[in-house]
Amino acid sequence: MSTTSTGAGTDTVAPAAASAPAAATAHSAEPLLRATDLVKEFAVPGTGGLLGRADTFRAVDGVSLEVRARETLALVGESGSGKSTTARLVARLADATSGEVVFDGEPVTRAKGERLRRFRSEVQVVFQDPYSSLNPRHTVERIVTAPLVYQGRKVPGGTTAFTQQLMERVGLDPDHHRRYPSQFSGGQAQRIGIARALAVSPRLVVCDEAVSALDVSVQAQIINLLRRLQREEGFSYLFIAHDLAVVRQIADRVAVMSKGRIVEQGGRDAVFDDPQHEYTRTLLSAVPRIRPEWERARREAAEARAAAPGETSAPEEGTTA
Amino acid sequence: MSALLEVDDLTITFRTAQGPVDVVDQLSFTLEQGASLGIVGESGSGKSMTSLAVMGLLPPTASLRGRVSLDGTDLTNLPESKVRRMRGDRMAMIFQDPLSSLNPYYTVGMQIEEAYRAHRAGVTRRQARKVAIEAMERVHIADASRRVDHYPHQFSGGMRQRVMIAMALSTEPDLLVADEPTTALDVTVQAQILDLLQEVRRETGTALILISHDLAVVSEIAEDVVVMRQGVAVEQAPAERLFSDPQHPYTRALLDAVPRIDDEIGELRGIDSVESAARVGGKP
Repeated sequence: MSTTSTGAGTDTVAPAAASAPAAATAHSAEPLLRATDLVKEFAVPGTGGLLGRADTFRAVDGVSLEVRARETLALVGESGSGKSTTARLVARLADATSGEVVFDGEPVTRAKGERLRRFRSEVQVVFQDPYSSLNPRHTVERIVTAPLVYQGRKVPGGTTAFTQQLMERVGLDPDHHRRYPSQFSGGQAQRIGIARALAVSPRLVVCDEAVSALDVSVQAQIINLLRRLQREEGFSYLFIAHDLAVVRQIADRVAVMSKGRIVEQGGRDAVFDDPQHEYTRTLLSAVPRIRPEWERARREAAEARAAAPGETSAPEEGTTA
Repeated sequence: MSALLEVDDLTITFRTAQGPVDVVDQLSFTLEQGASLGIVGESGSGKSMTSLAVMGLLPPTASLRGRVSLDGTDLTNLPESKVRRMRGDRMAMIFQDPLSSLNPYYTVGMQIEEAYRAHRAGVTRRQARKVAIEAMERVHIADASRRVDHYPHQFSGGMRQRVMIAMALSTEPDLLVADEPTTALDVTVQAQILDLLQEVRRETGTALILISHDLAVVSEIAEDVVVMRQGVAVEQAPAERLFSDPQHPYTRALLDAVPRIDDEIGELRGIDSVESAARVGGKP
């Protein structure tokens, strides 16, 4: 649950009225977000003209999915599967050709003005490349408070204090609140992107390949952070990823996409351990793995070391090549 | 018989505004004829600079100390013209992004032919074309005699990487250096390219250096593994020993940080633990 440091940020930002329906949603069977039969067509360049209609390409072809309160739904697939386009439709970053998105019982597919604005404060997106999704000329302070400013809301507690609280929550040094994105490493920059998403206390965070560009040790940290924030804040994730090993660490449920359609959808362990669709099986078997017997031996050696505290890492210094 | 490739005490230094920076620091390894070596590390570890040094392709702002010997010949003392003759002939390289390595204005056949003829004096167009088609067949590009006349944009990402491998293999090199060859590819295509690299090595006896950030990929391909961190080889060992009984704290931490597809691990170990671990075993 919310820790003391997070309390100030969340409580003041979220209007009291919004928390009542939120609680109701969690108890009823109605999911936080429901997408029904989403279709997105793009015109094929170079076709069509004065007389003929352009050929169209269906990037998303009848996708239906649900994200429940407090859960993580992972949308996995290879490039061109339509997973990112689906995420954009759900977050209203692009308009669907047909189909419907219902958020918290309210249709938002064609929402405009105030209703769209409200939806945008409930749904936030974290992108793959932190540097290109953060304005290089803006300080952390300005970046992180931008969603509030855009919505014409007051920054609770003042810009600096608010930014510093958020930075602490995502594991950044709060003294760096006036720095620019280029002064941070990739992992730190991604934390800024996450802090920005948290600024409006969203109920759904869409992560579009949010950890794909990071080094493995940094990636592990960001995965841990995303999981901790969800435990603390109770929001839901729509987690778009091509890396199935990452998905296994973070998802509650998994939807597998191929050629614009969801071919399989289910609980995480069911999909990974007992895949039903041929494509899911192909995908899973293609993932490179360290041999299980090597993994077992390594884990046993690590456990043996942990059990024998007398043996510290001192003798290993000599192994430096 | 001496090893095919010997890298001995290799140090690569870049001149920067802040002074010289060693991006690779006293690296040594050997590679036997037909063997495979994986060099694994995170960004900034120096793994790609190592591969460029082997190929004699370091940027002019870099200076190099130590020895890089192919079949006993020290490449670092050779004039550029001689290195160029060996590069593409005795040793070839493929990169992460095949599209930026291919010229969009020429058919893939013309490019393979050009690479081949550059190293085979007196070869006719017709002969080179035959070699190109054979090379494309060897990497399992279906309908190679027709595809040879297609342009790079007419190939998918995986097929383009096959074209690059075909080009690299056309001269039957002793050494193939693959720098993140599957990083930009979908996982199913990656599996095919890794299979292809294994098959090529088995059938042609070409030695392979695989540069990758992905420990699982390296574990599937390499017989020996070098783990690099900030320019230093922190651990080198046969694959089985490295993955089943890693000795260096950084290797251990790195393996702990990799998400596994077979299992939810719980809290993954991040860079804090990695950095403190490296301090324990790092340079004095």
